[in-house]
Amino acid sequence: MESRIRSILLRPLSVAVCLGLGACATAPAPEQTGTPQVIEPEVQRRDIDVAAIDTEDFEVTAFAGVMSVEDFESNAVYGARLAYHVSESFFGEATYAATTVGTSSFEKLGGGAVLLSDRDLTYYDLSLGYNLFPGEVFLGSRRAYNSSVYLIAGVGSTDFGGDSNFTANFGFGVKVLPTDFIAVRLEARDYLFDSEITGEKKTTHNLQTTLNISFFF
Amino acid sequence: MLRVWLTAALLICFWQAANAAESQFVTVADPFIELHTGPGSGYPITRIVERGERIEILKRRTQWFKVRDDRGESGWAARDQMARTLQPSGKPADFTEPGREDYQSQRWSAGLLAGDFGGATVYTGFGAYRLSRHLSLELNASQILGNFSDGWSAGVNITHTFLPEWRASPFFSLGTGIIRIEPKSTLAQAEDRSDQTAIVGAGVQAYLTRRFVLRAEYKSYVVLSSRNDNEDVDEWKAGFAVFF
Repeated sequence: MESRIRSILLRPLSVAVCLGLGACATAPAPEQTGTPQVIEPEVQRRDIDVAAIDTEDFEVTAFAGVMSVEDFESNAVYGARLAYHVSESFFGEATYAATTVGTSSFEKLGGGAVLLSDRDLTYYDLSLGYNLFPGEVFLGSRRAYNSSVYLIAGVGSTDFGGDSNFTANFGFGVKVLPTDFIAVRLEARDYLFDSEITGEKKTTHNLQTTLNISFFF
Repeated sequence: MLRVWLTAALLICFWQAANAAESQFVTVADPFIELHTGPGSGYPITRIVERGERIEILKRRTQWFKVRDDRGESGWAARDQMARTLQPSGKPADFTEPGREDYQSQRWSAGLLAGDFGGATVYTGFGAYRLSRHLSLELNASQILGNFSDGWSAGVNITHTFLPEWRASPFFSLGTGIIRIEPKSTLAQAEDRSDQTAIVGAGVQAYLTRRFVLRAEYKSYVVLSSRNDNEDVDEWKAGFAVFF
């Protein structure tokens, strides 16, 4: 601090000297003119900056799996999730995913009958998760990884057969963390929505199992 | 596809590297603090750090801090234990969470609401900017999912909060927007239509904890349709908001 004040005071002086003598180029830098410091400043003696601590409350996930769409076979599903961890127990998560459905038995047996012109199914959901059993999994006798079993449920919308449908979902998953910021998740979930595609209105159950890879940031 | 994944992985690595800030140290003031293997009270405690020892704060997840002691061993410590450590200057460390004072001083908020829109399910996402102590400007977008039709709406409204210093405060809102209704594909004479709306509403916003606010509201929509009569729709919603 002292040297800083000195350099501030010295700077206008040295500029004046420079201008007066017209020898700016040879004038020494003001910082170097000070006497050597008697007390070395202690670098460690500053307060911590809480805002500078790296917080990793968000989790971004990519996943692939199998979704069994009622009446339309089991199909590959791909998607992405974004989660925010509110506490050690609760997290909120948004998911978007897409699949292309197979043929229904009506279409197979009906001789060329087509129920759907657009066979893509996409959905999104907003869900709340709860880490039920935090713990560790052991691989052999030397490795232990953090893990948790979690429950998850929420609501969203499914675009299928030209309509958007209110969709509820619930399920559970197992999460294993090989490092602090990477998680591997195996998840099973049921997506429920009302559909009239096959004639009468009914609630369809669409089971989905996925393998997820997540990064915390 | 592989290239996309590689790029994503690289970006994450850079993000981690960019986040590696200067080391921050605190000294343990309690008889000892416990280090868990993971960020949660359910994870086992595998080591302790005793009074007077210095620990480096590596990162934070929810209410847990990953720390490393001078021997290079690391683990996760709970926030209430970290709050009883000392900073290098000798002052107690301050890891307090954002509270009600921040709720009253911060300008931005965003949230999610769900409820009933004239018999259909509705989801709304909104963002708000506080113009003054009482007035906020809000933008919102909703998806409407009904038995006979579904659709979207978006709007802008001005909100007046009556008693912002109270924990739960009523508010009044006035706005306008557009609504698009798409009848279900199984219905005959299905015709999509978009109309302008005028909206008046009222509700309650209550401070919950940390950064979270609960919100419940009623809105009355007048859909300015191109047909002979305007339509009136009642909407009831509840949800939460986060301020920042």
